[in-house]
Amino acid sequence: MSFLSIRNLSAALKGRPEDRILRNVSLNVAAGEVRGLVGESGAGKSMIGKAILGTLPLSVEITGGQIILDGTDLLTLPPAQRRTRIGQICALIPQDPLTALNPSRRIGPQITNRLVDILHWSRADAEKRARDLLAEVHIPDPDRVMRSYPHELSGGMRQRILIASAFAAEPKLIVADEPTTALDVTVQKQILKLIAEMQARHGTAILFVTHDLGVVSKVCQSLSVLYAGKVLEDTTVRDFFAAPGHAYSRALLAATPKYTDPDGSLTPVPDAVIAATRAEVADADRMTHV
Amino acid sequence: MLDGRAQISRPWSPRLILSGAWLAFLVAAALLAPWIAPKDPLAQDLFLGRLPPFWVTGAEPGYYLGTDSLGRDVLSRILHGARLALTVALIAGSLTCIIGATLGLLAGFLRGWVDIAISRMIDIWMAFPPVLFSILLIAVLGPGLTSIIIAIVVIDWTRFARVIRAEAMAQGAMDYVASAQVAGRTRLSTMVTEILPNVLPTIVVLLTLEMGISIIVEAILSFVNLSISTDDPTWGGMIAEGRTSVHQAWWVLVFPLVTLFFTVLSFSQLGEGLKDRYDPVLR
Repeated sequence: MSFLSIRNLSAALKGRPEDRILRNVSLNVAAGEVRGLVGESGAGKSMIGKAILGTLPLSVEITGGQIILDGTDLLTLPPAQRRTRIGQICALIPQDPLTALNPSRRIGPQITNRLVDILHWSRADAEKRARDLLAEVHIPDPDRVMRSYPHELSGGMRQRILIASAFAAEPKLIVADEPTTALDVTVQKQILKLIAEMQARHGTAILFVTHDLGVVSKVCQSLSVLYAGKVLEDTTVRDFFAAPGHAYSRALLAATPKYTDPDGSLTPVPDAVIAATRAEVADADRMTHV
Repeated sequence: MLDGRAQISRPWSPRLILSGAWLAFLVAAALLAPWIAPKDPLAQDLFLGRLPPFWVTGAEPGYYLGTDSLGRDVLSRILHGARLALTVALIAGSLTCIIGATLGLLAGFLRGWVDIAISRMIDIWMAFPPVLFSILLIAVLGPGLTSIIIAIVVIDWTRFARVIRAEAMAQGAMDYVASAQVAGRTRLSTMVTEILPNVLPTIVVLLTLEMGISIIVEAILSFVNLSISTDDPTWGGMIAEGRTSVHQAWWVLVFPLVTLFFTVLSFSQLGEGLKDRYDPVLR
């Protein structure tokens, strides 16, 4: 039994069910597994993460399916209960470290608050835990950082803090929404290493949303390829990089820029493949409507 | 690494010092008016009418800024007028701020039907010409301090609501709000602990601006004789009286006008200065 199991999840714009954002998405994440969620921009990667965490934009509504987290279907829970449940077992590593910390509050309380709120820890325990976590993500002088405001820290530092904060309440599942996209390449590598390190130590399952197959190959065990809100392929990382199953996946993999050939021109996903994939998605839509 | 960002010091800017000093002086003057005013602001003496200020020949000792056509001391009247002006600024400004900012926050952060309801209300409200609206309101409510305050609040809350709504919307889209939601917080508590502190700098700027505007509105209403009873000294009332005799006694018009000008300017500069100094987000 998977820890997180999404079954036939569909979402659409509110009041316009034809404008589908997610099309019968199914995927599983086992306890302690890192699953990549890849696709081009607009494929609905982040929407899946947001659907799980209950932070979908107001203009989007879930039209069907189940999100079963640790044996409970989140979508059947009343909102308040759902929020508490998500807060207890999930956490988010957001995309942009520059906007993911509240600019008008010090770092310390931003980490400790969730420990106090959700796990009902004492403030002193929470503070000690926060300090340990900051040390664990290799932040020198944690005490000073806890007293700092976000604008006093660099982007890489802030992303480390967000990672520490995500692991703080020992969640069972972390949704990492493009956690390295906003960082420059050298910092990206450190952050990926850090996430992998923390994941191994805490055994947390991670749903890793990214458009970067290179990242997937480094941190994930399995992945789902998404196009237009539909899962095209669900496979292990090893199988995927050996032989992608879907034509679109093959084209996507071929489109990855190669470091060995920095002057080579970029290979786009061929139009024919896109057209075929679109046709497949449209067919599937027709099938479900009949 | 912690870098220089933490060490950027923000000194007291001249505008903060100057505007703060002027307003502090004014508050002191308003509080102490009965004791420091050289004359009784209501005492008339037709033999001492239109005395010039002290440096002009023909001035009478003790009447530092001259007298108006009824022989009332201009300085004493300005000092007493500060009481009404500041009372209106404080009460009307704060009330407008509380009501407008609350509605703006709710509309901008909760969105949905709350936003639609509040936004339409703002649109409708703003289609009324504000000066006529306030005169109409006072005409209905009857002149008096309470009516002035009600008129200002009723007219100006949209100023806050519009700006704060936009700010709350922008802040609401930030990732830290999503993080707070994932941590199991309700929308309303997220609004108070996450959004409010971040729109506070804007609220402070608007609040001080509104205090200045309140003083102007009060002056306008005094000017058209709709403020409190005509005997009590008000800056607007003094300006209105001074206007009729400006060719014979310019000081009756100019001194309250200058006071009004510096006060309104100080309020807006105080807000900007405070924001520059205390907004944790360097821009």
